[in-house]
Amino acid sequence: MPATSPTRRAVLATAAAAGVVSLLPAHPAAADEGDAIRPFSVHIPEAELVDLRRRIAATRWPDRETVDDRSQGVQLAKMQELVRHWGTAYDWRKAEAKLNALPQFVTEIDGLDIHFIHVRSRHRDALPLIMTHGWPGSVFELLKTVGPLTDPTAHGGRAEDAFDLVMPSMPGYGFSGKPTGKGWNPDRIARAWAVLMKRLGYTRYVAQGGDWGAPVSSALARNAPAGLLGIHINLPATVPSDVAMALAGGPAPAGLSEKERAAFEQLDTFFKKYMAYAAMMGTRPQTIGYALTDTPAGLAAWMYDYNNGEPERLLAKDDFLDDVTLYWLTNTAASAARIYWETAGQSIVLAAAQKTADIALPVAISVFPEEVYRAPETWARRAYRNLIYFNEVDRGGHFAAWEQPELFSAELRAAFRSLR
Amino acid sequence: MTDSSSPTRCSVLATSAAAGAMTLLASAPGVASEAATEQDTIRPFSVRFPDSALVEKRRRINATIWPEREQVTDASQGVQLDTIQKLADYWATKHDWRKVEARINALPNFITEIDGLDIHFIHVRSKHENALPMIVTHGWPGSIIEQMKIIEPLTNPTAHGGSAADAFHLVIPSLPGYGFSGKPTKSGWNPVSIAKAWATLMQRLGYTRYVAQGGDWGNAISEVMALQQPPGLLGIHTNMAAAVPPDVSKALAVGGPPPAGLSAEEKHAWDQLDDFYKNGLGYALEMNNRPQTLYGIADSPVGLAAWMIDHDIRSYEMIARAFDGKPEGLTRDDVLDNITLYWLTNTAISSARLYWDTRHNLPPGGFFDVRGITIPVAVSAFAEEIYQAPKSWAEKAYPKLIHYNSFSKGTHFAAWEQPELFVGEMRASFRSLRKPV
Repeated sequence: MPATSPTRRAVLATAAAAGVVSLLPAHPAAADEGDAIRPFSVHIPEAELVDLRRRIAATRWPDRETVDDRSQGVQLAKMQELVRHWGTAYDWRKAEAKLNALPQFVTEIDGLDIHFIHVRSRHRDALPLIMTHGWPGSVFELLKTVGPLTDPTAHGGRAEDAFDLVMPSMPGYGFSGKPTGKGWNPDRIARAWAVLMKRLGYTRYVAQGGDWGAPVSSALARNAPAGLLGIHINLPATVPSDVAMALAGGPAPAGLSEKERAAFEQLDTFFKKYMAYAAMMGTRPQTIGYALTDTPAGLAAWMYDYNNGEPERLLAKDDFLDDVTLYWLTNTAASAARIYWETAGQSIVLAAAQKTADIALPVAISVFPEEVYRAPETWARRAYRNLIYFNEVDRGGHFAAWEQPELFSAELRAAFRSLR
Repeated sequence: MTDSSSPTRCSVLATSAAAGAMTLLASAPGVASEAATEQDTIRPFSVRFPDSALVEKRRRINATIWPEREQVTDASQGVQLDTIQKLADYWATKHDWRKVEARINALPNFITEIDGLDIHFIHVRSKHENALPMIVTHGWPGSIIEQMKIIEPLTNPTAHGGSAADAFHLVIPSLPGYGFSGKPTKSGWNPVSIAKAWATLMQRLGYTRYVAQGGDWGNAISEVMALQQPPGLLGIHTNMAAAVPPDVSKALAVGGPPPAGLSAEEKHAWDQLDDFYKNGLGYALEMNNRPQTLYGIADSPVGLAAWMIDHDIRSYEMIARAFDGKPEGLTRDDVLDNITLYWLTNTAISSARLYWDTRHNLPPGGFFDVRGITIPVAVSAFAEEIYQAPKSWAEKAYPKLIHYNSFSKGTHFAAWEQPELFVGEMRASFRSLRKPV
């Protein structure tokens, strides 16, 4: 059976044919070089959107869960409401316009096309910052921070708070290429990011990330490429080895402070109840891929089930659907899942697994209260020997930049002030 | 949006009944209409899905959107694109569900309500008077389709290399939420309640001395029956023994290392289990915790098929070989008979809830942990089961081990893959429990 779906390539090809994507660089001479940076914009053919709505309308539902809470997963009524909205009211063209309002590019690194948004501040001394999204996220996670970070004077900040922003799509995500061979783990992605920053001419810059963006940023810090001054992460790998062993089923660690105990319990619950999606993608990404790639409702539910199946408590419905629709239209459910497989067994919250002891560069951490766990400062100081900033804020969760862009931006300003 | 565009069991019944293809009312003259209102009524059952359901299934298969192929040249990232595309092609163009229906309908099928839920079962009585009644329970991702090949040799042994003294009366139920049984609308259906329901079923059928058999969930349910010891249960047979000693189970849970002093056979079993726990358990964890989130396997035939054939690496490889033209054990039709049953009954999620319910409503414990059974148990250990239970472990797990045999082939679905070996095992296992003639 041939692939009937739009792959990323097909999207680009179709769009290019329709004359709406500028794939060719402004300077043709650069086109043959491997390090060419090509402008990019996106326009999904209408037929793809019609097909999506047709599939949504034809969704075959299972029966309702047998409990009155979210303990069996995303509830049928919730899912039906979301999918109905997706199929009837949601407007992808608005999402597309949000992306195309920003300067987007594609450049080949390590044999793979990397898509990125690149917004330079008008302030001359802006600090260049490369921000990395996670799963089930995308560059959509980060868009709301563009204004506050690049144009601080219009958003309650000062000129010296300005950043130049680089926001790549991870390999296998969004409009970046899908690796056809294995090996694209956070270390390799970090190496690619260093190449990207160098290619853009940045000689002094910082990096930021939550979720997968955290291990990628941490790998950057471990590698310490020329020009990298420090990193900020909002899902730090602070969990000590004895606590990690307890989480794996060993004896409960003794002598925990109240905050450490609370963090342990959050992680214990998360590991026991909410991590199966990661186990599945970590071991059999291709298998779950078929059930996500072929069904909009299946994909939406799989992505919706973080934060115990109620992301809408923290995130607007259409924000979430921008992200899901991006996964759908780029057919990246399977390719995005593979980063779990690449790193199977290396939890992104365990200090040893993320080799935090190898990081000598400055590290800044913001703890958002509804994150998977509230990293205690004690653990953070043990994990990161050069911790320049640690702050616990009063609202926001796993997708801090998406949920609380102003607060998140304020954290980045404070976190990096000493590195300017 | 179609709230439930698929035939549920109810609509199957309704549609078929309307089409006159389903016998819902008891045809036996002795059963008066009064009896039909009683809760322990046993109603004959047959199945015919409307053509529209089959057309829709084919339409969806043909409209499948595929991901790109895996990045590796083996099955280490999951079901391979080449395999699932071959499956989809065969499913859409060659597989014939009507043949499956005919095979099901050629057998005596019934439905009876137990604890508020309709339970579907096949009930085949041997012509041999002293046949031993046996209730055989399937697992996930299985169904009554798993057991179809053993019915004739077990009930009619003299035509299949056995003697009259080898005969069984067979009861083969569909688990709650599976196949043509009802879908529970409340939580609470797990091996403990199902085991009780099976005892009720055997009693309702008038059996006062019987045995139970199962692998996968069928093992869990048979073993729990053995713990409950309902009147009449003489013993059980398992082809997926829960015989892992406590120290081994504990070490597996934390990812090793294995306890010292394992024999070569035990070390092999450890390696199989360790690999399964590390690389093969994802689907079970998801169904343990978030079965409802798997909307994709209710909406996509290919998504469902991939999810189902990836039960464990050895059975997956066996199935992949079948689609590569090298069948051993299961044929392409076998595999698709079962997947199509799940698809047409829209039971992907209701079947997955058995994992959740067990995890949430029963005490914690590993799936293969020793349960402490004291009645007679017989074990067949197939080489490529999730783990091949060593005799040493079986002897410790089951103090009344009446039979143990191991085989150098066979994966997870013994009755389905190796019906001849399986039938031989049933005869040998239970010989000592039969009434002396």
